Amino acid sequence: MSQRAAGSRLALPFPGRTQRVLPGFGLSLGISLTFVSLVLLLPLTGLVGQLAGLSLGEYWAIISEARVVASYAITLGAAAVAALVNAAFGLLLAWVLVRYDFPGKRALDALMDLPFALPTAVAGITLATLYSSNGWMGQALAPLGLEVAYTWVGIALAMAFTSIPFVVRTVQPILEDLPHEIDEAAMTLGARDGVAFRRVILPHLWPALVTGTGLAFVRSLGEFGAVIFIAGNMPYETEITSLMIFVKLQEYDYVGASAIASAVLATSLALLLAINLWQGRFIRRLHGGN
Amino acid sequence: MSPLPLFRRTLVVSAIALGVVAPVMAEERELLNSSYDIARELFATVNPAFKDHWEATHDDTLTIKQSHGGSSAQARAILQGLRADVVTYNQVTDVQVLADAGLVAKDWQQQLPNNASPYYSTTAFLVRKGNPLGIESWDDLAAEGVELVFPNPKTSGNGRYTYLAAWGAAERAFDGDEERVTTFMRDFLGNVKVFDTGGRGATTSFIERGIGDVLISFESEVNNIRQEYGSDDYEVIVPPVSILAEFPVAVVEENAERNDTLELARDYLEFLYAEDTQRLLAGFNYRVHDETVVAEFADQFPETELLKVEDVFGGWDVAMETHFASGGRLDQLQRR
Repeated sequence: MSQRAAGSRLALPFPGRTQRVLPGFGLSLGISLTFVSLVLLLPLTGLVGQLAGLSLGEYWAIISEARVVASYAITLGAAAVAALVNAAFGLLLAWVLVRYDFPGKRALDALMDLPFALPTAVAGITLATLYSSNGWMGQALAPLGLEVAYTWVGIALAMAFTSIPFVVRTVQPILEDLPHEIDEAAMTLGARDGVAFRRVILPHLWPALVTGTGLAFVRSLGEFGAVIFIAGNMPYETEITSLMIFVKLQEYDYVGASAIASAVLATSLALLLAINLWQGRFIRRLHGGN
Repeated sequence: MSPLPLFRRTLVVSAIALGVVAPVMAEERELLNSSYDIARELFATVNPAFKDHWEATHDDTLTIKQSHGGSSAQARAILQGLRADVVTYNQVTDVQVLADAGLVAKDWQQQLPNNASPYYSTTAFLVRKGNPLGIESWDDLAAEGVELVFPNPKTSGNGRYTYLAAWGAAERAFDGDEERVTTFMRDFLGNVKVFDTGGRGATTSFIERGIGDVLISFESEVNNIRQEYGSDDYEVIVPPVSILAEFPVAVVEENAERNDTLELARDYLEFLYAEDTQRLLAGFNYRVHDETVVAEFADQFPETELLKVEDVFGGWDVAMETHFASGGRLDQLQRR
């Protein structure tokens, strides 16, 4: 809630100012660019700089080593599952939070930000405690033959935990802007519930949902703290790519670590870019007629 | 919050961003000890003793700061500029990295007795009550169905000792027959249930999560665990053959010179060899060198043959290169 409250305060025009809230396009752009350079570009340049000594062949050998490749498959797979599960449940959560009033709604809303606030290692330890064979959930699931902690499922679970806010928080504002009358209108025009949702509401949410899911996915690719405690870290089975980077660092192999990191980075960047491009096109198509 | 004028806000932000923080002038003397993960309790006991010892003969107020973490990560922090005055690690290689970078004297292992290792330990087993699987030595650990927990040799010095101890013991048992050693190691590694990144993580998995039949860690750690979690529920097994785990210490001379703590740092490390300190160390289940203390604690440390990394593997450099580097023996053994 606080985010939105702050947003609306920012949007209030200061008395006497008519056009822009912040003065001077040059100054504000300059500061923004400096900030982006310091906080984002400089570390990234450092990362790429580490790779300078590598030939293309060496680079490829590092990032295509069998064990590292196995870790890509595990990380991508678990992140995809986590993102899809979050897409479904995140949408539902956002819907419930926007469209219904119920006791504890504020609490639930605040709870959505918890994964952002909680140190991910704490999340990992908590999940491992809960789902290990002597934990509450672990004991309950054991008779069903389900093992979560120290398996691939545990990795996906930890990723889902840390990335759920991305979906909820991107879909929620769009849903709030969508007037309630729109579904009523659809229904008075003869659409049944399912159809009204699918053909009237979902198209509006689609870009936000895809963005949120994409962000959740990319976030999961890089997750370390939460996953490491519940993964078991068995080679070829439950080793995530972040662990491979960590292992390289343990060996004082900065270059190897940077090489793998750059592969993760490139994947994430490509994905984010693709989502942004797609979203731009989608929105243009949605409003294309006008 | 009333908005600060933009100019002032920019100034504040840039000041923070550029890290322009006025240097703090300390009236008192300070010493930073960069140490390994599971040494917290140990130095929390040793440091006050040293503070008294130092202040009795000097006109200073001494503050000793501790930094703990995986010892490779700790060494990396110093390489990248952390101004620790002394290092107390559980890995010869992590001190050697600093020596190679010129931060620690080249002959650091000769500067203090016993290879600059004031105390040592070995790798031992912790099993559950009554030792139901009858675990006595390394070859019992490769049997089918025995579940093991120890930290990942790729990320933990503790784990590397375990790996080398198992290898050394197998090499002895099979008279150096490489094929049988390889088969043994494959089975041994195949029995691992969870690979935590560090020693304490492995302890948590074994104790709190109830995973595995055997926890393999430093003898000191398994004894401390047993004392802490109840001596009735666990048993410590020290195998007849294991590995010598040295805990090397060194002055980070470049930093100590800059911090003007050279004398203090040297005295601190020598203090670890004093009889009373050795008694403290033995109290934490580390094996020590002082003969009086060794005699006092004789029952606590079973006689066992300790293999040296230098003798069996030709030194840490070779061991790291052959076994733990990318594509090395460990990678080959874990390949499927």
